[in-house]
Amino acid sequence: MATLEESVTGHLPDENGPQDNGGVRRRDFINIAAVSFAGAGGVVALLPLINQMNPSADVLALASTEVDISAIEPGQSIKTTFRSQPLFVRHLTADEIAKADAVDVKSLRDPQTLEERTVDGRKEWLITMGVCTHLGCVPLGAGEGENKGEFGGYFCPCHGSHYDTAARIRKGPAPTNLVVPPYSFTTDTSILVG
Amino acid sequence: MVRFGAFLVGLFFSGWLLISFIMGAIAYVTEPASPTAEHEFHLTPKHVSFSFDGPLGRYDKQQLQRGFQVYKEVCAACHSLKFVAFRDLAALGYNEAEIKAIAKDWPLKTPDVDPATGEISTRDGVPSDHFPKPFANNVAAAAANNNAIPPDLSLMAKARHHGSAYIYSLMTGYKDQPAELLRKFPDSKTPEGLYYNPYFANLNLAMAPPLSMDGQVTYGAGQPEPTVDQMAKDVSAFLTWTAEPKMENRKSAGVAVLFFLIIATALAYMSYRNIWADQKH
Amino acid sequence: MSFPWAKEYTPKAPVMKWIDDRLPLPRFVYNAVGGGYPVPRNLNFFWNFGILSGLALVIQIVTGIVMAMHYGANDLVAFWTVEHTMRDVNGGWLLRYAHANGASFFFIVIYLHIFRGLYYGSYKAPREMVWLLGLVIFLLMMATAFMGYVLPWGQMSYWGAKVITGLFGAIPVVGEPIQTWLLGGFAPGNAALNRFFSLHYLLPFVIVGVVILHIWALHIPGSSNPTGVEVKGPQDTIPFHPYYTAKDGFGAGLFFIAFATMVYFAPNFLGHPDNYIEANPLSTPAHIVPEWYFWPFYAILRAFTVDFFFVPAKLLGVLAMFASILLLFFLPWLDTSPVRSGNYRPLFKKFYIILLIDVLVLGYCGGAPAEEPYVMISQVAAAYYFAHFLIILPLIAKMETPLPLPGSITEAVLAKHAGDDGLPVKDDEPAVIATGDETAPQPAA
Repeated sequence: MATLEESVTGHLPDENGPQDNGGVRRRDFINIAAVSFAGAGGVVALLPLINQMNPSADVLALASTEVDISAIEPGQSIKTTFRSQPLFVRHLTADEIAKADAVDVKSLRDPQTLEERTVDGRKEWLITMGVCTHLGCVPLGAGEGENKGEFGGYFCPCHGSHYDTAARIRKGPAPTNLVVPPYSFTTDTSILVG
Repeated sequence: MVRFGAFLVGLFFSGWLLISFIMGAIAYVTEPASPTAEHEFHLTPKHVSFSFDGPLGRYDKQQLQRGFQVYKEVCAACHSLKFVAFRDLAALGYNEAEIKAIAKDWPLKTPDVDPATGEISTRDGVPSDHFPKPFANNVAAAAANNNAIPPDLSLMAKARHHGSAYIYSLMTGYKDQPAELLRKFPDSKTPEGLYYNPYFANLNLAMAPPLSMDGQVTYGAGQPEPTVDQMAKDVSAFLTWTAEPKMENRKSAGVAVLFFLIIATALAYMSYRNIWADQKH
Repeated sequence: MSFPWAKEYTPKAPVMKWIDDRLPLPRFVYNAVGGGYPVPRNLNFFWNFGILSGLALVIQIVTGIVMAMHYGANDLVAFWTVEHTMRDVNGGWLLRYAHANGASFFFIVIYLHIFRGLYYGSYKAPREMVWLLGLVIFLLMMATAFMGYVLPWGQMSYWGAKVITGLFGAIPVVGEPIQTWLLGGFAPGNAALNRFFSLHYLLPFVIVGVVILHIWALHIPGSSNPTGVEVKGPQDTIPFHPYYTAKDGFGAGLFFIAFATMVYFAPNFLGHPDNYIEANPLSTPAHIVPEWYFWPFYAILRAFTVDFFFVPAKLLGVLAMFASILLLFFLPWLDTSPVRSGNYRPLFKKFYIILLIDVLVLGYCGGAPAEEPYVMISQVAAAYYFAHFLIILPLIAKMETPLPLPGSITEAVLAKHAGDDGLPVKDDEPAVIATGDETAPQPAA
């Protein structure tokens, strides 16, 4: 117990050194516990502030897209959107499939066969994101009359990446093939992406 | 100088206020404000208890589903629910397929643009859509409803005092105008095309009694009898949910937060007492 | 710093020393809210509300910044984006309810802070600048709160904006052009909403700046205390840290308990239902009221019902409402009593209690419909409000005989504890500790 003189001259207990070991330890423990609780509370209070930046419920509700592909003839492709980004749906011709299959997979920068990039038994449907894996530009080739690049697939005009008929990177700076999003056929003429 | 100026300003404001008071008081005594029918016959909402009352109250999902059914079959033709999406119905206990079916079969179609022609058209709803509005705009709503625009119901339970009880009271409060009212206020007869309801702010509203008879909506097996009272309760529960869909999250989080804060504050108090133990203050 | 015995910052960790040598920020913090700020030892819990106001300001800025990430300041979508925050944004309901109730709690702690200052004479020399800066903060807060309330673009937002900007219309000749200029139109619309959002985002940071000045000005004379007797020596003070950080920590805990109770269990209790109806320029709510923290001022505004010769009652109301706040700027020169604390001023204390009740009555009338008897009550209450500050306080200062003041803070503390159980006032010790300054004038200069 501090004396009166100490109490009125404003000395801090820690300056005077421990006066009663047991008492001081218990005090320290309570102070540490109180500060830890406040700290933990502060950290937990940060969570909603961080979490609010995640996609909201209405954005997540649009996380999957249904695409009607009945009108796409062989050799044609369409550009649609999936999660607010371009999605290419391409109906390959037999010729394009043959061209893609003829490539020696081992020679590719990102080795993948056309089978691996399409759904079993529907090799003619090539569905990829329309986002160049280099820096995110939208490649050309899905629209009527657009430049399909040296390999007949897609061509990214930003830095000259060429993709082949399986949308694999063949030439230019892009590191990997165009991404194939998760999708499934709900019927013969419609797919559910996402 | 400051105090002299202040004295004058104070004398002016206080004096003029007291003179205003005296004039007001004389007017109050000599010509008392005439009472109005609203003043005397308007009622505050009835007392009604819901499962979501109180700090720990929860929604009764069965009740919300029944209320949703009442909304769909009775209210939806005129009243929009524009802040609520079909996907939100998951909170009522519907699964994904059921929500998809509800959205697809909703009597009002979702406005869209025809992908081929670019013309305004409609399509079936999908879960990510909000409930379609029955009228394209306020002008159309007024034109179709004798100039009274049916308000959106999404937030109704929060947009009135004691909103849940208010909706219930309004649904069950229609009656004939009391003879006493007509005797005291002969000019206040309910106009043609309006309906008397003492729970409505000005006593007469344009909406005909929406729940007019027991069994108007057919509830599924195992549910209570669809009396007017029950339907009114259910639809106010549903509209409370549409106004405050996160209420359950809020209350659960609140219990945890308060529990934490009470412990933390108790520790802070002990720490405060410890630190001050050898100081007089 | 006016305390020669204030402890100097001596960093223990090398990294703190390194920083302090280059940018003395650690020293600055230490001297502001650390061991280097000597504070009177006898502060009671009413002295917590300054820190709590700072805490409320931080809550408002943090929740406000994140909510602005989801808000669209456009009259077509503003209401919709707020509902989107409430329904779809992760934890958005919590952020919004915390921000809305945070504004109310900010005003609760600020009002307690102001009324503490009024009772203990914290506005008196040498702390006039602290008081004046505090009033500037209060005015900025009111502007910020008003503009923030417009942002959800509900019925009360819209009509509140219309009524408050309409006050300027009461000013002769220039009034209407000013109103139009403020709104960027003839009625509240997209232009008004956008500028209110811009300023609502800016002003809190201006408040932070003035808060820094407020604390700076406070640290020149140091904190006042419940006796109102100035600090006479080291025995009267204790370091801010750990003593008052611990006390404020406990106070903050209680604050958070009250705040969380409102946010989680009654989030709309302090709000008005009409603001859950989208703004509609064609339909006025039956009963337009501002948020509760403006009610006393709103009551004063409405209390003027009679024209004063050529001055219309509306203009009088506007002038009186502004005067009711501006008069507080003159308070240090209106109350000339040399005694600060209401504890030693028996007459002042009685009138202070009347003022407290008076402001509560004004608040109640301001929230009530503009009908009798509320208007008459608010007329009497408003009359007292002006009389209290402008007439009664200067008179009390002249007439009153204050109670004897303690010689020092320490003396008051020891007198309080004399004879307490378990407190070691030994018989052989003098009841009063020599301060070495017994000859100092008793009342504050």
